[in-house]
Formats: sequence, C-alpha cells, structure tokens
Amino acid sequence: MSNRKPAGGFFMRDTAWHPPALTPQYKTSVARSPSRALLSMPQTMSEVTGPVFGHNILGDLDNDLILNYSQDGTSAIGPRIIVYGRVVDENGRGVPGALVEVWQANAGGHYRHAKEGYIAPLDPNFGGCGRVITDDDGGYEFRTIQPGPYPWPNRVNDWRPAHIHFSIFGDGFAQRLITQMYFEGDPMIWQCPIVDTVPSREGIETLVATLDMAATLPMDARVYKFDIVLRGRRATIFENRMEGT
Amino acid sequence: MMIPLNRRRESPSQTAGPYVHIGCVPNFCGIEGVYPHDLGDTMVNDQTKGERITVTGTTFDGTGTPLKDAMVEIWQADAAGLYNSPSEIRGTADTNFTGWGRKAGDYATGEWNFETVKPGAVPFPDGRMQAPHISFWIVARGINLGLQTRMYFPDEDNSTDPVLTRIEHQNRVPTLVAEQVDASTYRFNIRLQGEGETIFFDF
Ligand SMILES: [Fe+3]
Repeated sequence: MSNRKPAGGFFMRDTAWHPPALTPQYKTSVARSPSRALLSMPQTMSEVTGPVFGHNILGDLDNDLILNYSQDGTSAIGPRIIVYGRVVDENGRGVPGALVEVWQANAGGHYRHAKEGYIAPLDPNFGGCGRVITDDDGGYEFRTIQPGPYPWPNRVNDWRPAHIHFSIFGDGFAQRLITQMYFEGDPMIWQCPIVDTVPSREGIETLVATLDMAATLPMDARVYKFDIVLRGRRATIFENRMEGT
Repeated sequence: MMIPLNRRRESPSQTAGPYVHIGCVPNFCGIEGVYPHDLGDTMVNDQTKGERITVTGTTFDGTGTPLKDAMVEIWQADAAGLYNSPSEIRGTADTNFTGWGRKAGDYATGEWNFETVKPGAVPFPDGRMQAPHISFWIVARGINLGLQTRMYFPDEDNSTDPVLTRIEHQNRVPTLVAEQVDASTYRFNIRLQGEGETIFFDF
C-alpha cells in the first residue's frame, strides 16, 4: 500500500455532549442502555486504524435518491432537495475519503422496510438509501426528496420531525458515528424525545441543516447545508511509538 | 490575548433507529438494485491467508430479549496481525482480506454471522503484544451512542493481554471472551444490560 502514514490517537470523546445511554423519554433506551460505566482504555492500532472505501465502489446514481430506485427514470415524489456539506474533524480539517451513507422515509413519512407500519403509502420510485465518499476537502453532496415527518410508537402521540439518518465512516474505527440531520425552522424538532436525548440545545442545533437559498437551483431544487464533525486526531509526534516503527 | 484553538465539537450521536438496514445493508432488507451488494458482507476470498473461522452471536437487552434490529460491525487484523489500513505502517496486510465486516441481526432470531479469519496479535502502545481480538461496534434502536467492545478467543492465552489485565472487575472479563462452538466457530453474545452485561469501552 502506498502513501502510508501513521495515525495519531483520537481526542477523548466528550460523552457529556452526546446523549447518555439511558434516556427514559425515549423508552426503547431503558432496556438497551448499559448500566455500568464505559471502561476507558488507551487506544491501540485496533482503534486508530480503519478500512478505506475507494470511490470505485460507487455507482453513478448512488448519491441521487430521486433516481437510484426509480424503475424507468421516473422521479421519486416529493420536494426536491440537495444536501451538501463537509465532513471535518475536531481540528476543522476536512476528512477525505469518508463514507457517508444516508437513509430516510419518503415524502409521506413512510420507510421502505418490512417492519414499517405507518399508513402513509410507499412511493414505488423511492428506495430511501444513498451514499457518497467525501472529496479531498471532505466535501459531499447528494440529491433527494425532503422526507415527511412520521408518528412512532413511544408515548401515544410522538412524532419524528423530518430527518435524514447519516452513518459516517472516517479513517479510524473508533471514529465511527451515526447521527440524524434535521431541517431549519421545523417546530417539531423541539418536541421529539429522540432529539431531546442530546443534552444541550447547542448540540441539537449542530444537527439542524441550514437552507442555502443562494445555492438553490432555480425552478428545480432547494439546497440545505449540513456539516458533520468527527473526532479529531492528535499529531503522531506526541504518541508513544508503536513497536517496530 | 490568547491564541484560540478553533476546535470544533464532534457531531452529537443519534440512534440508528429500527431502519438502519435501509442505509447500511439495503440488499439485506429487500432494497435491491441500488448497490450491487451490501458493504462489509464479505471479508474473505479463496486466497485469504489464515485459519477460517465463523463468528456468530446475538445481542440481548436487559430483559434477556434478543435485539432483532441491531447492526454489528467488526474490525480486525489479518492472520499476521496487520490491519488493512493506510495507517498500518508495520507491513502490508493480506490484500485478500478486508478486515472489516458489517452484518444485521436476523429479523426472526437476532443472530448475526461473520465469515472471517482468526486475527494475529497486535501490539499495545508500549510494545507489549495484545491477545488476538476483534473490535466490535453495535448500533440499534434505543442505543443512543454506538457501543464499542472487543471479542477475545477462548483458545488463546489471554492472561497477559494489556487491556484485559487492566480491568478492575476481573469477574466481568469473561463477557469479552467468545464461547467455542466447534473447531472453527465461536459464539460471542452481547448483553447490553443486567446480569452478564458485556464490557463496553470508551477508547
Ligand atoms: Fe427515521
């Protein structure tokens, strides 16, 4: 493998900034939250390394959810949007080559999934998945339809605000992150028990994409900007040298 | 005036929810034709070096009920103890082994399976060798921040492993050691809560 370089350890994860494991307002967490403290351990090669996903795994329509499941070039139904942004680390540096996978409900708030129970209909031309690999600067973009809000079984009348799920794979296994993107101005963000698992309003606001009217395509698609921050790395010069280096 | 660090804060985690399959293993959940196959579904090929093994397991909640919506990812060294990663500087890993796998639990039973090879040993930062292990990351509905753990092997010497020996509550160490099912199959059940709760790490 060419261009090898040693990886520094990740910054300590600020667990007070993330949702705690036990969040009773989100009922499913009650039986699925570890009751013991996480055990803190030094990072090793097993945590600081990670696989590489080459751009060659991508198909032409992987980042186009409007067309990637449609049967005969028919567009998925719903408000057309483009989501773009950068994957950066806590040092503010772009993370190139990061794998960004997204999934979402259709414009009616219905997921294409065997366990979906909401009465809103399926859209035959919408699958709901997309993926993209960040460029040299950490940039990414994909095109989709704006998902609808949907009710979910928690308390008797809980609804999820419109959202897109994001899975991000940076360059180390301990950097792995799953989160959700919300839409600027949606009043339902502030009534959702899952959003509310994030401890601070400031933290929640980092998950809200901004409408970028200047970038919006006239007569075509509105544009939302959403940046994602992954754990930063220390400079390798500060690290203990690994055996054999 | 002090020099500002201009640090940013990691994006807060949110649960993967019940439909993580759609985004991460769409073929598994019946969304076919978008991607040719699900990423991480195959770790080995005919040329992969090392001892072939199957790692299987089920994730249980605090009531002992299997999670039927969990997704598990693993990351491990090849048979020689090298990672297939650009930051592996000790040598070149087996190019026929990805080192990374991703599986969803079966809808009916919650069980997942990885076809892989037994990993070689990898050093701790101070140069001591760690016992062979596989890193795990588990997400599901109700898990607010993906859980990190490790699986060790019952047929290896784990007695001097630098991580396992640092654990204060030694009676919990067996939660990190798989059961041997047969010569090439290991079972690693993950218990999120309660009796036998798996050790989860904050690396
Ligand atoms: Fe959702």
